[in-house]
Amino acid sequence: MTTSSAPSISTDAAQALRPHAEQTYAAELEALAKADDRRRPPGWQLSPWAVTQYLLGATLEDGTEITPKYIGARRVVEVAVATLATDRALLLIGVPGTAKTWLSEHLTAAISGDSTLLVQGTAGTSEEAVRYGWNYARLLAEGPSKEALVPSPVMTAMARGAIGRIEELTRMPSDVQDGLITVLSEKALPVPELGIEVQARRGFNIIATANDRDRGVNDLSSALRRRFNTVVLPVPDSAEDEVRIVTQRVEQLGRSLELPDVPAGLDEIRRVVTVFRELRSGVTEDNGTKVKSPSGTLSTAEAISVLTNGIALAAHFGDGVLRPADVAAGIQGAVVQDRVSDGVVWREYLETVVRGRDGWGEFYRACREVGA
Amino acid sequence: MARLDTSGLHVLGVRHHGPGSARAVRAALAEIKPDAVLIEGPPEADALIPLVGELEPPVALLVHLADPPKDAAAAASAAGWAFWPFAAFSPEWEALRYAAEHGVPVRFCDLPAAHTLAERLAEAEAPSRDGEAPPEGEETAGEGTTEDPEAVGRDRLRLDPLGVLAEAAGYDDAERWWDDVVEQRRDGEPSPFPAIADAMAAVRDESGPEQGRGARREAYMRQVLRATLKQGHERVAVVCGAWHAPALRGVADFPVSADTALLKGLPKVKVNATWVPWTHGRLAAAGGYGAGVTAPGWYHHLYTAPDLPIHRWLTEAARKLREEGHHVSSSHVIEGVRLAESLAVLRGRPLAGLDEVSEALTAVLCEGEPVRAALVHRTMAIGERMGSVPPTTPMVPLQRDVIAAQKRLRLKAEPFDRDLDLDLRKEGHRERSVLLHRLRMLDVRWGDPQETSGGKGTFRESWRIRWEPELDVALIEASRWGTTVAGAAAARAAERAADADLPELTALTELCLLADLADALPGVLALLTDRAATDGDVTHLMGALPPLARSARYGDVRGTDAAHLRAVAEQILRRVCVGLPPAVHGLDDEAAARFVTHIDHTHSAATLLGGEALAEWEATLATLARRETLPGRISGRLNRMLSDAGHIDAQELRRRLGLAMSQGTEPAAAAAWLEGFLQGSGLVLVHDDRMLGLIDTWLLGLPEERFTAVLPLLRRTFGAFDGTERREIGEAAGRLGGARRVAARTPVTVDAERAAPALATALAILTDGRKRAS
Repeated sequence: MTTSSAPSISTDAAQALRPHAEQTYAAELEALAKADDRRRPPGWQLSPWAVTQYLLGATLEDGTEITPKYIGARRVVEVAVATLATDRALLLIGVPGTAKTWLSEHLTAAISGDSTLLVQGTAGTSEEAVRYGWNYARLLAEGPSKEALVPSPVMTAMARGAIGRIEELTRMPSDVQDGLITVLSEKALPVPELGIEVQARRGFNIIATANDRDRGVNDLSSALRRRFNTVVLPVPDSAEDEVRIVTQRVEQLGRSLELPDVPAGLDEIRRVVTVFRELRSGVTEDNGTKVKSPSGTLSTAEAISVLTNGIALAAHFGDGVLRPADVAAGIQGAVVQDRVSDGVVWREYLETVVRGRDGWGEFYRACREVGA
Repeated sequence: MARLDTSGLHVLGVRHHGPGSARAVRAALAEIKPDAVLIEGPPEADALIPLVGELEPPVALLVHLADPPKDAAAAASAAGWAFWPFAAFSPEWEALRYAAEHGVPVRFCDLPAAHTLAERLAEAEAPSRDGEAPPEGEETAGEGTTEDPEAVGRDRLRLDPLGVLAEAAGYDDAERWWDDVVEQRRDGEPSPFPAIADAMAAVRDESGPEQGRGARREAYMRQVLRATLKQGHERVAVVCGAWHAPALRGVADFPVSADTALLKGLPKVKVNATWVPWTHGRLAAAGGYGAGVTAPGWYHHLYTAPDLPIHRWLTEAARKLREEGHHVSSSHVIEGVRLAESLAVLRGRPLAGLDEVSEALTAVLCEGEPVRAALVHRTMAIGERMGSVPPTTPMVPLQRDVIAAQKRLRLKAEPFDRDLDLDLRKEGHRERSVLLHRLRMLDVRWGDPQETSGGKGTFRESWRIRWEPELDVALIEASRWGTTVAGAAAARAAERAADADLPELTALTELCLLADLADALPGVLALLTDRAATDGDVTHLMGALPPLARSARYGDVRGTDAAHLRAVAEQILRRVCVGLPPAVHGLDDEAAARFVTHIDHTHSAATLLGGEALAEWEATLATLARRETLPGRISGRLNRMLSDAGHIDAQELRRRLGLAMSQGTEPAAAAAWLEGFLQGSGLVLVHDDRMLGLIDTWLLGLPEERFTAVLPLLRRTFGAFDGTERREIGEAAGRLGGARRVAARTPVTVDAERAAPALATALAILTDGRKRAS
């Protein structure tokens, strides 16, 4: 929970398995900050305009290329940034794999330059995670003192005037969720044991994400709900968008995992995206055949992982070129979550749709082989 | 020739229906103080300008042919009329109001509609004359389309000049650019008109001179302008579409002779003009109106809200959401406004627009629920409202009659769907129903009758009504049949009857009855009897009967004379009786199934008529049922009908069933017979074990391949019954096996003591709570 302490086990960014957004895109952020001459809200590293540029991609006047981080409706990003600029908390909602966490990380990185003030919501998240805890050894030795206090990421964000992130807000128990109400409305966190309170500095805000499918788990109280502006992240609109997202992420992941260089064939990416889209929507892309949908969500994120997995297979065990056989196992694993019912769905899809498609013969055979 | 003095000329180029343009026009007129105003619009409407003060927008100028075209195709093509809509936020309306308030003379200066309509009529008739040429392009894009690519570029300039300008300004959406630059301006900003005219002039330089209709329109506008200037007016304001502004501003640069030549010998028709009420829904571009705006409600709001348009809009949205039962607090509205405003800043817009408020509505007020937000947003963006015109407006007598009827019956013309539930036993309700049916006869579809949900009885009628501006046109077109609704409807009925076939005549008869057209009815009925005599197709006759029988039976609810109707219906029934036996000969399975439906309907019609006619019908059926060669489906059905009506006793029925189910009959025919026989309900089998036994024996005696062949048919027959019925038949079939099964149904032992309270309650219900006298 405490991200800033424990120096002995800290990793340096170059070695990190997955560097933070502000580390990966440090150069872009710097260039943007230099080019950005618009008014910045208090506590912001960039102006709202520059933040949208950072997320949606642009070419700066000095020639720096800003890669697009979020591919999709511009208005989603604009509403999100404008919300944070009005110091309202932001709630990102969407089915799993619609880049909620991704968007929240990059927003924080661009606005506060630090995306690490993170609380992961789980059924076991306690109140300490959103308020503060104690270092019990010190508490026993010295009694209540500032030194014995272990601040939560939220408290740290308040003190620094940064943005705190809460993942999977609806998975937290309701009483822990409600601990946020004071933070969001009073912008202060009292510590009665010490008789002090931490007042949020300007620039503090919260970005929370929640899952559509988990809505029933611990639904937000209306008091808390009211303190958020809600942005619903859509599933990618067009197949073309989704192919772009997948291509970009697969490339980046491959780089950070230092996989041997495998040209991720656009054909294979397109195929995986097509399979996912068709199974998700229950109808083929040409709108000609109805197919059954499996129980899994089949998000873009899963498509990305299927491809990364396939690339690893191709690099280490194959001939270095991504072949249908490399993605077949992964795709089946993603689709067939429930052995019995999804298995039927997948076989039916293979036989009715994949089999007859031009140029999909090899893929069909590979899938049959895996399934057998 | 002396150069025209244009120093007092002010050309205000606007966007039609733009609130910012309207504000700017108001400010400009107050500054110019013109002594004459010219407005883009049909000059035929000049005489109607004095009515402006009494109109309530949205209204439209309607120009229509004085004599509706006789040719049905031309009449249907909507070429015979044209609308010029005005909303409260239209700059043209602002100019009209200014002129009316300040007593300044106003003229409409566009090309007369007499020419426009004449051209359109010629176009509409052209394809029907040579039969091959498809209509050339769109109304507006029709002229001067060539294949050469440069011309295509120029066309784009001419068709979408604002799009080109917006692109130059770095906007991807022309509407939004214009909104930002012109429409969202507030009072007190300098006049935008010189700049607009300059911009348009630049675009027009690129696109080359106007051609075709556009050139003729501008020539006419200039002619009017010249005449006005010559009359000695010193300060003339012209309100026209921005596109035309440069052509009018530079009127002195255009040679008079060229304009005169352009306007020479244009075709002309006789037209009338009037004001009609209009609706926001029709103004919306989605409604198919070319110069429409996407969100008339939003524009109306921008124009009418005294200040703080965003705050007011979102407050209104919150109120609407609360009406729908959603909890929306003031703090939602506050945050919504803040989000809309910061979004506008982020996007570099001067003021939050419709996009921004819509997003604030979704993200804050609706807490991310797009469906709920879209609902509220849509209704508010259209902001449905309907204008009104004073009674002094020129109208055809038929319109006046309808308005009088509306007033008398307290039935308001409203632009949204409204459900009307009429109880025909009440005088007022009956009259409303009659009015709506008469209008239907005239093809003025104000309302459509709805299927009445069962059990309401024949004295109930449901309508869904909605007044559309087009209905005024329909009324004007219908006015050639008469001056009152009743008269016109009767005349129309007679005309439609003249060349209708039998089924249509029956429908017409029913409509005549519903519309209470006692004058037209005898004629229609006479035609009906004639046609019935000559029409050889018995299914036509059978189709004609049910509505007639219904009307004859229930006509008295509406107070019509039923005796005559009854006579006609009985006559048709007799013809059916004669025509039916030969017609049901040698039909295949599908045709037989269709015939069964007809026979069913005729049977219920005959039952409604009763009396001698019914007896005759049943006699026909009885004869038919005995015929050997009848298709199994029909034969089975007839026997069932006769047995239901009590004309065949159980024994005879069993005999016939046995005959049909005997080994000698082709199994498929037997199955068809069974299907006809059991159609609708199989309960007869539950109550008659012997009948079930016959079928059982037949089934068991079928060789295997035959059984497989008839199985689908049987499945179809029994599959149509509901679950309980099927179960009961199954149980009955189980009992057939012998007493063994019956014995297996052990009676449930009843605990009398525990059942006593339940029995007492049931008794109390049955006896209506009264104690039994002991």
